[in-house]
Amino acid sequence: MIDRRAALGLAAGAGASLAGCGRHDGITRLSFWAMGNEATNVPQILPAFEDANPGIKVEVQAVPWTGAHQKLLTAYAGASLPDVSQIGNTWVAELAAIGALSPTPGFAQDLLTDQFPAVLETNEIAGRAVATPWYVDTRLIYLRTDLLARAGFDAMPGTWAEWKRAMHAVKRVAGDGNFAILLPVNEFEQLLTFGLQGDQPLLRDRDTRGNFSSEPFQAALAFYKSLFDERLAPLASAAQISNVWNEFAKGYFSFYFSGPWTIGDMKSRLPEAIQPHWTTAGVPGPTGPGASAPGGSSLAVFRSSPHQEAAWKLVRYLSDPAVQARFNVITGDLPARPSAWAAPKVASDPYVTAFNGQLARAKAVPKVPEWERIVTEMQIVAERMVRGEFTVQQAGAEIDRRADRLLEKRRWMIEQGRAA
Amino acid sequence: MISRRERAAWGFVAPSLIAIAVFFVVPVVSSMLLSLTDFDIYALADLRNMRFVGLQNYERLLTNPLFWGAMKNTVWFSVLGVPLSIIASLAAAVILNARTIKWRPVWRVMFFAPYVTTLVATAVLWNYLLHTRYGVINWALTSVGLPAVDWLGNPNTSIPAILIFVVWKIFGYNMLIFLAVLQTVPDDLYEAARIDGAGPWARFTNVTLPAIAPTLLLVSIISVAGFFQLFAEPYVMTQGGPAQSTVTVLYFMYEEGFKWWNLGSASAVAFILFLCIFAVTMVQLAVSRRLGGEHT
Repeated sequence: MIDRRAALGLAAGAGASLAGCGRHDGITRLSFWAMGNEATNVPQILPAFEDANPGIKVEVQAVPWTGAHQKLLTAYAGASLPDVSQIGNTWVAELAAIGALSPTPGFAQDLLTDQFPAVLETNEIAGRAVATPWYVDTRLIYLRTDLLARAGFDAMPGTWAEWKRAMHAVKRVAGDGNFAILLPVNEFEQLLTFGLQGDQPLLRDRDTRGNFSSEPFQAALAFYKSLFDERLAPLASAAQISNVWNEFAKGYFSFYFSGPWTIGDMKSRLPEAIQPHWTTAGVPGPTGPGASAPGGSSLAVFRSSPHQEAAWKLVRYLSDPAVQARFNVITGDLPARPSAWAAPKVASDPYVTAFNGQLARAKAVPKVPEWERIVTEMQIVAERMVRGEFTVQQAGAEIDRRADRLLEKRRWMIEQGRAA
Repeated sequence: MISRRERAAWGFVAPSLIAIAVFFVVPVVSSMLLSLTDFDIYALADLRNMRFVGLQNYERLLTNPLFWGAMKNTVWFSVLGVPLSIIASLAAAVILNARTIKWRPVWRVMFFAPYVTTLVATAVLWNYLLHTRYGVINWALTSVGLPAVDWLGNPNTSIPAILIFVVWKIFGYNMLIFLAVLQTVPDDLYEAARIDGAGPWARFTNVTLPAIAPTLLLVSIISVAGFFQLFAEPYVMTQGGPAQSTVTVLYFMYEEGFKWWNLGSASAVAFILFLCIFAVTMVQLAVSRRLGGEHT
């Protein structure tokens, strides 16, 4: 059988070379897809790259985040991927599974040094890096220091047991009708973070079966459930909390899970009186400071690009610690390379330092294309558990059952020797 | 052996038949076949990773609560939306058809304009109108002392909010159809009814409604098919939220197909949707036949 995609690629290539006839000026034009805030701001740092590489012009195309994932997959199906693209960290497994990504070549191996280990691992499939971390994020705890102090705690507790004690105390201080922590029942990130604390992976048998009945995950489920049972968290979805900032300022909850993008919101939306009374802190674990899932964006060079060398030059430039530190000042994105964190502007932000520690403790989540669906199902089961439909054990088994069903195709692929 | 006339006839219809075959029959049949496979992201990379799975996609859909949620939402949209939009368009048509109305073309254009305006642009505009704090609708509500409504943020009001927009957007089209058929109702019927002492309401129910009954049926069938295929409005205005309260069957299909890239399962959704629309249309036809055979 003729490879359909190769044929398409050939046709597209022929079309492109015909179209390119008028432009034999020796300049390589790289198409670069970027999303959201990065798309708006990356053109500011590109002129320096183009000055250093006169033979390369970068054409940035802004893609909205909401449509980016679908657009990349559709572009793959239609053989019209760009040369380089920003991609969400969680899409790496999927794009690698369809063979769209170009692994980091030998001459660019230095890109893989000076990285947060868990973030780098997120970009590795079967031991090979297929994308390069660009900026990173992870979730940690935003907290009200004033309420915590009034409850008798002068710092964020480091263990689950201590933390729960603090939550009970904070709830008493905050008064009637208020809670201690916000865990929207439609968001999987919080439970996933609790689940990451254990020493067992979330999927087993070469990532082909759920491992949600494991003892550590059961402990996470039990901890999560107890926060609702003990009325420390309101049983509400994100849509029911219409204004998180207002509620945080009012003391409706004092602990809030979120990523670095919330720093700016907290600064601009919390009332003046509350401004000195909030900070960021690492996630507690069962026995000490805990892990969380690494997030952020990576830079991907696509296998279909005829300009591999120029594309990797661009990735190298964007990964340069000095450029990353500058980009942080423009966008607020946390640099992927730890050495860029030493830049004065980055290091001087008190809210950001907690992220540095949290990123060092980050733990990669399983890298299978089905992962997002699995955690979505996990949360559906968890919501039903806190509403009383399942016990902790039943919930673990039910998540396993759903994960196993989603992973059925993957098991078959591995049996056939068609997936890594 | 076909005659020359027949051959000529086939020659004339061939272009449309070919177009229908290529753009309708082939896609329908292939999507039916696709719905029996597990075409997914792996198969996208390599067709050999596709398996024939029989009716498994259908089986899984029927046990998927989100699919049933989408079904329920779609039924709500249709049950509320079809009568609302028909009442709105019929009322507009009857008013415009009245002799006393001045500047009729102006009104006609005004009522029809929403239908021909780009959907996304109007949806964005309605997002502003429905905004909880700055929207003009809530401003009007609060200025007469009613509480503000979180139209698109509350799972209980999201469907009504989108329906208001949809009805506003589409009633102009049906209005034109009604207007056309109202103009064919002979004036002497109204005159005779008036001489017999019928008031405006009696004239409407005894003269107008029977006269436009076939059109009413047509419009209701088109509207049901339209409301069952609601997609762009929730996609632009709420992305299926809050709490999946505006996920329609078509939206669910889109997510299956292009978010999770399970084209097999998405094709199965399409097929179930087709069966639903087909069944509802059959029921409508049966009901109308029973109500008044002479009109259909």
